[in-house]
Amino acid sequence: MEWVEVLFFFEVLIGGLLAGVMYSLVALGFVLIYKASSVFNFAQGAMVFFAVLSFVGFMELGLHFWVALPVTVVLMILVGMATERFVLRPLVNQSDDTLLMATIGLAFVLEGLAQMAWGVEVRRLDLGIPDVPMQWFADLTDIFVSTLDVVAGAAAGIMVIILALIFSRTKVGLGLRAVADSHAAAQSIGIPLKNIWMMVWATAGIVALVAGMLWGARSGVQFALVGIALKALPVLIIGGFTSVPGVIVAGLIVGASEKLAEVYIGPLFGGGIEGWSPYMLAVFFLMFRPEGLFGEKIIRRV
Amino acid sequence: MKSILKRVAPAALAAAALTAFAAPPAAMAEEEQYFPVPSSRVGPFSAMGTGYYGGIIDYMQYVNKNGGVNGVQLVWAECETEYNAARTVECYQRLLTGPNGQKMLVFDTLGTPGAYAVINRMSEEETVLAQYGYGRTDAADGTVWPWVFNAASHYWSQIGMKLQFMADQEGGVENMKGKKIVHLHIDSAYGREPLPAMRQIAKDWGMELVEISIPPPGLEQQSQWLQIRRERPDWVTFWGAGSGMNSTGMTNAARMGFPRERLVYVTFGGAEEDMVPAGDAAKGTYVVANAVPGRDFPLIADMYKTLYEDSNVGNMANPDRVGTVYYNRGVGAAVMWIEALKNAQEMSGKVGKAVVGSEFRDGYEALNMTPEKLEEIGITGMVAPFQLSCAKHDGAGKFRMMQWNGEKFDLITDWMGPPDPTFIRGLVESSAGKFASENNVEPKNCG
Amino acid sequence: MLYRQAGRFRTSYSMDARLVPFFEDRIALAAVFLFALCVVPFSASDYWLSAILIPWLCLSLVALGQNILMGYAGQLSLGSAGFMAAGAFACYNFELRIPEMPFLVSLIMSGLVAAAVGIVFGLPSLRIRGLYLAVATLASQFFIVWVIDKFGWFKNYDSSGIITAQDIVILGKSFTTPAEMYVVVLLVVAVMTLLAMNMASGSVGRNWMAVRDMDVAAEAMGISLLRTKLQAFAISSFYCGVGGALFAFTFLQSLEPVAFDINLSFRILFMVIIGGLGTIIGAYLGAGFILLLPVFLNIFFHAVVGEAVDATIVSAFEQVIFGVLMIMFMIYEPLGIARLLEIGQERLRRWPFKV
Repeated sequence: MEWVEVLFFFEVLIGGLLAGVMYSLVALGFVLIYKASSVFNFAQGAMVFFAVLSFVGFMELGLHFWVALPVTVVLMILVGMATERFVLRPLVNQSDDTLLMATIGLAFVLEGLAQMAWGVEVRRLDLGIPDVPMQWFADLTDIFVSTLDVVAGAAAGIMVIILALIFSRTKVGLGLRAVADSHAAAQSIGIPLKNIWMMVWATAGIVALVAGMLWGARSGVQFALVGIALKALPVLIIGGFTSVPGVIVAGLIVGASEKLAEVYIGPLFGGGIEGWSPYMLAVFFLMFRPEGLFGEKIIRRV
Repeated sequence: MKSILKRVAPAALAAAALTAFAAPPAAMAEEEQYFPVPSSRVGPFSAMGTGYYGGIIDYMQYVNKNGGVNGVQLVWAECETEYNAARTVECYQRLLTGPNGQKMLVFDTLGTPGAYAVINRMSEEETVLAQYGYGRTDAADGTVWPWVFNAASHYWSQIGMKLQFMADQEGGVENMKGKKIVHLHIDSAYGREPLPAMRQIAKDWGMELVEISIPPPGLEQQSQWLQIRRERPDWVTFWGAGSGMNSTGMTNAARMGFPRERLVYVTFGGAEEDMVPAGDAAKGTYVVANAVPGRDFPLIADMYKTLYEDSNVGNMANPDRVGTVYYNRGVGAAVMWIEALKNAQEMSGKVGKAVVGSEFRDGYEALNMTPEKLEEIGITGMVAPFQLSCAKHDGAGKFRMMQWNGEKFDLITDWMGPPDPTFIRGLVESSAGKFASENNVEPKNCG
Repeated sequence: MLYRQAGRFRTSYSMDARLVPFFEDRIALAAVFLFALCVVPFSASDYWLSAILIPWLCLSLVALGQNILMGYAGQLSLGSAGFMAAGAFACYNFELRIPEMPFLVSLIMSGLVAAAVGIVFGLPSLRIRGLYLAVATLASQFFIVWVIDKFGWFKNYDSSGIITAQDIVILGKSFTTPAEMYVVVLLVVAVMTLLAMNMASGSVGRNWMAVRDMDVAAEAMGISLLRTKLQAFAISSFYCGVGGALFAFTFLQSLEPVAFDINLSFRILFMVIIGGLGTIIGAYLGAGFILLLPVFLNIFFHAVVGEAVDATIVSAFEQVIFGVLMIMFMIYEPLGIARLLEIGQERLRRWPFKV
């Protein structure tokens, strides 16, 4: 094989791995909420959209970047609190389907509110990080890697580490895990369900904001951001719904495999296979590990 | 909260149901003409929908303020399609009869999926489908599609024009031999629409054509652009839909170091709403225009003054968007409606009265947008002069190439068409003929 | 209440096996059906027939299929629009390539094609459960639509990749007006609903429910998981396929594969949950809620606020209201609209003595 082809392979691989991290960032929000409340939060995509659109909206109102950021964080915490109060609290101990449906309703509300408040125009978000190839790396290797992707990857990595530590090392994390196991049992031993949920939803909101900012800087702040949640689903199930580190590993697998498949296998079929190839890969993985790579083993008793 | 909603919700629903069920009032004011506005104001295509339908509504308001069409006031009803085929069909049925009991004359979905969903209902319902530069290309053959028009030209002339533009840049058609072109498109019917014409021209000119598709919604295009980096094409034609895909295309080009001066966007790919989010990455990108943006055209300037400065009745939430690509395109579409209505009134001897679908169709077919007429309306240079006829339902077949300079579009060329319009026309006729024979349509004799 | 339900015992096996146990209920159902068949086609406007009733019935049928899989057999699936696409394009191709095939046969065949596809994509259910399965079934959604979109044969090599559904001809009579098409859809849906009620109350349905409630226990009792799950996938996909074919032939009429996108799958999922999982009538009620509520909101707000408020804000506000209604529904009646109906019936029983 020619040297150029080898280099190209690595370029695809690296690009895929970095794209995968971007998926992980979105998937992280799902995992947080699922872990703490066993709710599949359909509204995660809408939260990403809502968060970053509000952020850009505040900046348009004249707020400085570093003022708009905390304001948006506070807004997302309020959204989390409102969600807990008006959606989740009345639905304690309901079935998973019901909770899923409620989050779908929440998605409509958030999408509608964001568009009502800030309008439907596509906004540009400039984080000051250029989305162009890193010159020194390109000179060195002839492989193009965007600075923004590297920063995004680093941000995702840091967030995953922090969250993983919170879950495994702190009392709050323990509480979260207890709540995930059973709402009723956790309540009965005195874990304040209310606070836990509020916290988790607020955290998921902040994660959504970070994901939205990075995705928004890449492709503009707009409604289509809602759709990136779909990209996060295969990541979720390969990693296992309940594992924070799993998300990052699965993201890397999904990103790399989908890019490699599209570039090397896609042309044989006229392209466009990355729409479904991650799902096929997920099915393949699940055949061997039905609870995902890092998911908790499901024990079933009769 | 709970009790109020409990009481209000059923009442609201009942009221809505009643409004929908109630037969439209029979009484009809003589001097009104009803137009439907199937807008897409929310969702991923909202930037497009708000601009385009905002332009249409503003022009109708403007016409009304200036005394209507020979005294006939325009009325309209809106329906939200969310750029979705199923909801477009529902809107089509709902808007079929207006609030004043009149039947609609013309339907404009601003989108290929919606246009396809209703295209076969037109002759039955006697409604004109005005595809303003989108939709079914072979509908340009009026013998097979008497009720469908492509008043701002179709995708096949557009791709021809793009290739001609590239040839001009390369110094002539003979220099195109051996050049490599990537057609990067959304993986849908719309994205593949230009391919028949493109493949043929590529063959004739001895170019290599590489087709790469992007699965919708297209926020992730890395693998496609990696393929482009490997192919190292001379030109890329980008055929996307939705601002997410369009701006991502440019940012990805920047990431791969592909020169934007070699990237040519489709009419529905490049508007201010697509360019601005891409930031610096957009600079240099070429976009084809069938209605040129700008607020300096006398009509647009006067509309802005009348609707936004002198009064505050304009439809755009953000007045700064007056004069953008989609807004002007909407105005261009509405101008066709109104000119067709004028023609219809004159041809059927109903000046100052409302007309019906078949009369409007004849009026639309009789559109003759001469340079003098464009001057009179105040849109010289915004749309190309053209004339329709019984068989020829496409407009000028001409476009202007624009280039994004980071803040606005610069016009690069004058109106230019495909290299061989008769060849494009032949393609249209053979495709329409295939449709006619498959679906047992008896082509109309245009004499 | 017009009639009593208490104290009326089922004294024979045949009485116990009845689909609708009470005579009065049977009369009511028959009356509704006769009204829908004999009165509606002649009195409703074309708008109501072709833009509301036809899509509502078609999507109810699909929701019924989804409900069989999800509500009865407990297999969470998100691929229903994919199976609809399989049915719709199969029907188009049968009509195109075998012109002498009667429409109803094409319809059944397209259901069978969808069922076959459903079995293939149902295979992972033997190993995967719950949300994992739901995401895995998304593979079918994307894959089926991609295949149809990518290979021109399915669309008879149309230059735009669009198909135009043929006219419906049954026994030499063509059904092309909205009223005629409505009658065809109504009859197909009625027959298939009756079949579904039969299955749900028979041994097939009991197997499904056993698997839903606890598959390990069901297996221990001698129910074959393989058979039951795949059967549920096949029958559900059959319903989706027929529903998709009807949706294409009577509602959209000319379409591209993208019409059956992921959003449609989601909407069908919403229908089933809002309507009531594991109920037949829930499919109808849920389809009505999800399909018609946005339309009514759109009409209502345009009628009420008109031009006073920016139309973009109105459209967005409709979304908010829709979402709020959905959340309220889940809070006040998590078991869906079907359960509300039941509660209403129970209240009515005590009326006028107690409300």
